[in-house]
Amino acid sequence: MFSPTPDIPEDKVRFREVVLGGASWSHVLKRGSTLRIIDPQGGANVSALFFNFELMVERYNMSDTLKAQHVAFLTTGRALYSDMGRILVSVTDDTSGWHDTICGHSTASLVERKYGKATFQEHRNKYHRNGRDSFLVELGKYGLGTKDLVPNANFFSKVTVDDTGGLHFDESHAKAGAHVDLRAGLNTLVVLNTCPHPLAPCGTYDPKPVHLVVYSSEPAGPDDVVRKFRPENDRGLILTDRYFM
Amino acid sequence: MSLTLSPLNPEQATYDEVIEAGDGWMYEIKKGQTFRIVDLEGNQAVDILFYSAANADERYSAVDTIREQRAIYLTTGSTLLSTELNPMLTITADTCGRHDTLGGACAAESNMVRYALEKRYMHNCRDTFLLQMAEYGHDYSKRDLTSNVNFFMNVPVTPDGKLTFEDGISDAGKYVEMKAEMDVVALISNCPQLNNPCNAYNPTPIRLLIWN
Repeated sequence: MFSPTPDIPEDKVRFREVVLGGASWSHVLKRGSTLRIIDPQGGANVSALFFNFELMVERYNMSDTLKAQHVAFLTTGRALYSDMGRILVSVTDDTSGWHDTICGHSTASLVERKYGKATFQEHRNKYHRNGRDSFLVELGKYGLGTKDLVPNANFFSKVTVDDTGGLHFDESHAKAGAHVDLRAGLNTLVVLNTCPHPLAPCGTYDPKPVHLVVYSSEPAGPDDVVRKFRPENDRGLILTDRYFM
Repeated sequence: MSLTLSPLNPEQATYDEVIEAGDGWMYEIKKGQTFRIVDLEGNQAVDILFYSAANADERYSAVDTIREQRAIYLTTGSTLLSTELNPMLTITADTCGRHDTLGGACAAESNMVRYALEKRYMHNCRDTFLLQMAEYGHDYSKRDLTSNVNFFMNVPVTPDGKLTFEDGISDAGKYVEMKAEMDVVALISNCPQLNNPCNAYNPTPIRLLIWN
């Protein structure tokens, strides 16, 4: 059953989609639209990259995103910046509370080390997939490749940094039914996969599915939650608007 | 934070150059060579990227480096990993104590977001990177730019996820030294940022040394 979305008027919904665990998805999210990602079971991880579809060398920039907003993670009010000072997507709603920005994605060797080997020959479509290969396949459909594989965001995963700089994966963060809303600032190519977070605990390979809803949404107004979070975001929204002038 | 001195003698270095404030440098360092960056006057951020000399598609990866060492700061013993998870360089000496992996490089456009729309025209690291790549050739371009290391820069992250640019912990004469584990091309911007304390509001020269 698809996750209910009573707060989104049905006439605004453009389409819904279920992304299986360990699978890839991509879409050009048009300005004027928002993508809701829902973690129906709890424990999903969504590794994601973002590009300006009209100028693909403009892409999500982890460092610019963090330093512009003085944060090391994503939640409501935060923007995901491109390297050109523009906002690819803004987090307009979030019931998860923390999305990782600094741990990258899983690889074939990491998945094999943690979960064992499971080939297509033996397991058919239950074979073990990984973030890197999934990104390369999905990026390849748009003519992109390894040069475009930059530090990604990991939605629904929480990793904290202690006082000495050490990283800690928070297993208690998983929340069934959590969602995050990403409002497009540009016509933004979203490339994502539901492969395990690279620091998720070892054990059984069981990546969780996510539900997606693409719906029509209003542009950022004067009291927008992202604009109000920091003065930097007001300037980021201005530069994003200017792109279309 | 522990500091490690190097036994190497600068008089025996095979390469010894000073890079002025706001300038760049792109240069190949061979496997087995040792590379030292000296913060000559103190608190000077050095933005640096590394590429495999054999294939620039393989480059320094901030997220792979910090995930595999389970820590965000770099110091003696840290291995800088590539996007293919291969060791590129290992830090063998460090008299500063820790270096940033998250802050990236300043750019005209990010300065407009961070400080004011009028800051577009200030000199910045990405301009230096783009010019260095254009002059170096070998098809380097903006697609090759990714989150870089900032040597001598202090960007602490708190357990509740705050990130700040703090006053530097470096000082005149402090250095960091690393051994190349493969043939690498280094790309440096000696940061010209004047809007935050990363250069103590006073960009200054650095010295680069290489030993065989």
